[in-house]
Amino acid sequence: MRTVDMRKDGLDALKAHEGEEMEVTGCLGERYIGCGMKSGILHVEGTPGNALGSYLDGGTIYVDGNAQDATADTMNSGLVAIRGSAGDALAYGMRGGRVYVLGDAGYRAGVHMKAYEDRKSTLVIGGRTGSFLGEYLAGGIIIVLGLGDEQRDITGYFCGNGMYAGTIYLRTERTPLNLSDKLVRRNVDEEEKERILKPIIEDFASVFSLSADRCMSGSFIAIEADESKSYSQLYAAV
Amino acid sequence: MDRRYRIRKDDGCISCMRCARECSFGAIEAGEDRTLILHHDKCVDCQRCVSFCPTGAIFITEDGNRFRGNGVFGESDMKEIFLQARTGGVLLSSMGAPGRNVPIYFDRMLLNASQVTNPSIDPLREPMETAVFLGQRPERIERDGSGRLVDNLPPHLELRTPIMFSAMSYGAISLNVHKALAAAAEKLGTYWNTGEGGLHESLYPYKRSTIVQVASGRFGVHATYLNTAAAIEIKIGQGAKPGIGGHLTGKKIIGDVSRTRMVPEGLDAISPAPHHDIYSIEDLAQLVMSIKETTDGRKPVIVKVAAVHNIAPIASGIARSGADIISIDGFRGGTGAAPKRIRDNVGIPIELAIAAVDQRLREERIRDRVSVIASGGIRNSSDVVKAIALGADAVSIGTAALCALGCHICASCHTGRCAWGLATQDPELTKRLDPEEGAARLGNLVKAWTSEIKEIMGGMGINSIEALRGNRRALKGVDLNAKELEILGIGYAGE
Repeated sequence: MRTVDMRKDGLDALKAHEGEEMEVTGCLGERYIGCGMKSGILHVEGTPGNALGSYLDGGTIYVDGNAQDATADTMNSGLVAIRGSAGDALAYGMRGGRVYVLGDAGYRAGVHMKAYEDRKSTLVIGGRTGSFLGEYLAGGIIIVLGLGDEQRDITGYFCGNGMYAGTIYLRTERTPLNLSDKLVRRNVDEEEKERILKPIIEDFASVFSLSADRCMSGSFIAIEADESKSYSQLYAAV
Repeated sequence: MDRRYRIRKDDGCISCMRCARECSFGAIEAGEDRTLILHHDKCVDCQRCVSFCPTGAIFITEDGNRFRGNGVFGESDMKEIFLQARTGGVLLSSMGAPGRNVPIYFDRMLLNASQVTNPSIDPLREPMETAVFLGQRPERIERDGSGRLVDNLPPHLELRTPIMFSAMSYGAISLNVHKALAAAAEKLGTYWNTGEGGLHESLYPYKRSTIVQVASGRFGVHATYLNTAAAIEIKIGQGAKPGIGGHLTGKKIIGDVSRTRMVPEGLDAISPAPHHDIYSIEDLAQLVMSIKETTDGRKPVIVKVAAVHNIAPIASGIARSGADIISIDGFRGGTGAAPKRIRDNVGIPIELAIAAVDQRLREERIRDRVSVIASGGIRNSSDVVKAIALGADAVSIGTAALCALGCHICASCHTGRCAWGLATQDPELTKRLDPEEGAARLGNLVKAWTSEIKEIMGGMGINSIEALRGNRRALKGVDLNAKELEILGIGYAGE
């Protein structure tokens, strides 16, 4: 496996060898790592900077530490797996692929994620998230596990505000704080857990070598748009 | 009954039923025995029936029955109140802000010409340069060890005429309109703009004439899309609806619109009001740079904003964000759908915005770091010349381009029933526009304007757009107060 020292070789070296499996060392906040990458695998050591894996188009990025803001921005496909926590605006406008964060995510995670044909964006957070999770959600699946924080709220305020498609699954029984009246909360039954959550969570657990059973334990709730309160009712054409 | 127009016909009618076939709003219906059933309340005054009547027998008049109001509350105020009292809805409208209550400054500025003291130029006999380069200018000339010039030119756009086509998305307008715009732009040596709805694959061959847009919804945005373009535009706002997002109804997300936007059929496409990954100039700089990374720094990045109160410092921030071009859309900019109160009350006229931005960037000595594109109510070639003399590098036209394709500004785009086949996805209607003929008409329009621009410049003794840009001495104001003259940076006529 090729080793690229970010401080010596920089982003150009990553681009020159796109498609290979590379170890990226010495990261100290360098931005735009893996931007638009179509193939290949990056093992990132240290702390990458903002906009990691934005427009990611099929490649795989593993991050050993924490990631900063705007990770996986407008991502199209591929995998971003972060062993630490992620900053704000994670997976903004993501259309496909998988983003896994073992730790926590900041504000505005999964805003305006989408799904289209065989692309189904999937965001799984092992810990908790800040406010504005999944706002404007237009498709795809967000799962927040809150591992180790079973007794606390695992999302912040304004969870799912303005979402109109897709589903947010939370491993908790607590309704998110100030949940909008345009959203519905329902309990997830065993059948749905097996069918939808299990394959995703098993994949998540295998990436981080966790016990899938632990991640699946307890009950889940789902947040979805209330279809009877759509945007179009807002208007009157002149 | 809410009725704005009345459909009339005279003795010339031969009952051919053409008008009924052309009407897409259900205002004219063919009854039994070749009689016409008129539903005046459904007429939007698109003039399609009038244009196609073979005998010129049909005409549309304004409905004579008016609410007089009281001089404060006018007829439209009352009708809007009635509508909102009935529906509880936000008023939805389309096209640009109408009316002249807000001054059209283009009409209050007059152009100069040469007399005696300097010769005018005849563009028919002498070379006249209308080419414009958009992008950052290198700050200094660099030479290598042997004294040869180093090519340190950042990526740029080259326009053969300073007129581009504004961003209009596939979904808001039809694929045939996109085809016409793309083909015309290629032939004219200028650029068309996809808007935020993605780029249909059949138009990939026009990549060298295409500007692709990245808006808050990120519809159809992926690495290949970013690389299938001459430039990438980050859309922050548009003149018709500054500060608010967009909402393309699921009814228009069908077939190829769905595929191109990469959202499921029938699902609404919502563009959030802000980009939620841009809350500051620093965040903007980051998105600019991430696009440059994805395109290997080979393409200029445009940032489009609406002309709002703080436009000068905003433009300064954009210039420092690493963007190559700022596109400013004025108060009168058009739209496929916008809340009426926003369209008619938010933002500032483009003329004032251009002058304020150009002035500010010059004062901060960063004018050469960015080019400025102006849009929002450019109606003819003299508006183009005035916009450039105020400080724009180029302009873009949306409504004028649509008019070249048949639009009669009935402002019904948001209904999706455009009788001219432009702002609709109904296959029966979209086929009314032949893209080749449309491209030819757009080509004619821009060619005509370019000839007029040459003539106007020649009259002033100026032989290049470069020399016209920011040349405010070419302009004098009439019917303007001292503050307006100060902001526009021009003198009063006769001064």
